[in-house]
Amino acid sequence: MNAPLSSPKLFDCRDAFAETLEALAAADETVVAVCNDSVGSSKLGGFKTKFPERLVNVGIAEQNMVGVGAGLANGGRLPFVCAAACFLTGRALEQIKADLAYSNANVKLVGISSGMAYGELGPTHHSIEDFAWTRVLPNLPVIAPADRIETAAAVKWAASYAGPCFLRLSRVGVPDLLPEGHVFELGKANLLRDGGDVTLIANGTLTHRIVTAAGILAERGIAARVLNMATVRPIDETAIIAAARETGAILTAEEHSIFGGLGSAVAEVVVDHAPVPMKRLGVPGVFAHTGSAEMLLDEYGMTPAAIADAAAALVQRKA
Amino acid sequence: MEIHELERMARSIRRRDLEAVFAAGAGHIGGEMSVIDILTALYFRVLKIDPAQPKLPERDRFVLSKGHTACALYVTLAKRGFLPEAEIETFLAPHSRLNGHPNCNKVPGVETNTGPLGHGLPVAVGMAKAAKLSGARYHTYVVTGDGEMQEGSNWEAIMAAAQFGLDNLTLVIDHNRFQQGASLADTNGLAPLRPRLEAFGWEVAEINGNAMAEVVPALEHRSGRPYCIVAHTNKGHGISFMQDRVDWHHKVPNKEQYAIALAELSEAL
Repeated sequence: MNAPLSSPKLFDCRDAFAETLEALAAADETVVAVCNDSVGSSKLGGFKTKFPERLVNVGIAEQNMVGVGAGLANGGRLPFVCAAACFLTGRALEQIKADLAYSNANVKLVGISSGMAYGELGPTHHSIEDFAWTRVLPNLPVIAPADRIETAAAVKWAASYAGPCFLRLSRVGVPDLLPEGHVFELGKANLLRDGGDVTLIANGTLTHRIVTAAGILAERGIAARVLNMATVRPIDETAIIAAARETGAILTAEEHSIFGGLGSAVAEVVVDHAPVPMKRLGVPGVFAHTGSAEMLLDEYGMTPAAIADAAAALVQRKA
Repeated sequence: MEIHELERMARSIRRRDLEAVFAAGAGHIGGEMSVIDILTALYFRVLKIDPAQPKLPERDRFVLSKGHTACALYVTLAKRGFLPEAEIETFLAPHSRLNGHPNCNKVPGVETNTGPLGHGLPVAVGMAKAAKLSGARYHTYVVTGDGEMQEGSNWEAIMAAAQFGLDNLTLVIDHNRFQQGASLADTNGLAPLRPRLEAFGWEVAEINGNAMAEVVPALEHRSGRPYCIVAHTNKGHGISFMQDRVDWHHKVPNKEQYAIALAELSEAL
């Protein structure tokens, strides 16, 4: 398969989030949006216009924001707590643990501009630790959709799910990958391409890159399986074990530190159930330097070509 | 319950709390003794609650933000009928649902999990805001320790409560003047609390938090703004040798001390 000649249309997943949230709020008066002066960056402008009384803007106070979310849920509201992922998860982690996960509060966390979406603003504004911080908590599904279709599906799912969860969204444009009408299933990976030589696993902004990498590998005679794994917890053990047994090698790629994220979650399953050679791509345990998210992903070895090279090298390591 | 009945109930809760802490060999007895009059007034007079239906949507909400005094809450909940009184014997025992900090998913009547300080007030603000959004008529009460007011999250919540106009929220600060390892004056004094809260847009009352005749009317007061009761209390109240001694934050009495404490509380009964 040749790589596409023209670039596909890219979409900001925040728009799908905002549209879906507004539709949910129109149908359900208990839906509220909570934010920390992030109306613009969380794309809550439309929500504010349509449901002004249901936008709870606490100002720049993330700990209070998450606690207020827990209290709103206790009072029968359905809060979507929206903030830049770096501040939401970093500043309010103890509230996420005690007030939401441990208390089982029905609060939906929406981390906006995750990963290195705020690339040039520097590591204070990068959120490449959030998978590690959140996926260690019991009772908190962690989800990073790959495109606008999966984002909308995940937001709908979150509204119907009785319990806390963390949706990790980006603002970096991504092409459509999943079919229109896709229904999100928690903890279920999506097979985007089948193959028997190696498995590529990613989520969020990396899924379209591994899809392209699989095309490059095919030209080199390597048949790669491609899994979109939006749910980091609970991880899809069945798909991972099958990938290990049927393809014998697994590569992961994520807009996150290589420590504690998707790659680590996959490796934990592989080590326990079906050890095979693995390669984890991500930010290599450093504070990233200045640049756009796309540039930084490229520099950290996650261009489709570099992913394909890493996968080909991995295939060589198979026994 | 009338004031004298509430006073008697508070003494009975103090005694059961002491017994439980002594039996468990752990607890936070100083802050439990200081807060018990407030808990008693809430559960036996003020809160609109039904132990048979602890999740009723219109119930008043109560959050014990100083979650380390869970034993006092468990005893109060048990005496109010939320859990069997005999279960207090399992406090801190292996696999007991009555651990050192209250768990809302296991203990009926507990609204949210507390333990890390500075969590209860933001959650209470959310509860009160939810009532404003839904039109529910319940009132939300939250009790914090005074040392806990050193947490910045509380001041975030205090600002939000005023901004949201939460006249359906009452904060009680158990002002016993001691934190775990020192008097507040020696770390981050905070006092006087009243002008600070007033400056943030709250109505504030100061009472003797160990005098039932002052506690009840303060809790029943309704304000046009968020309302704070600075409850001046004594750490270890009711047990002479514990009173106002920082080392009784989480010390456990030995046999002799236990006998003296039990006698003092029983005499008062």
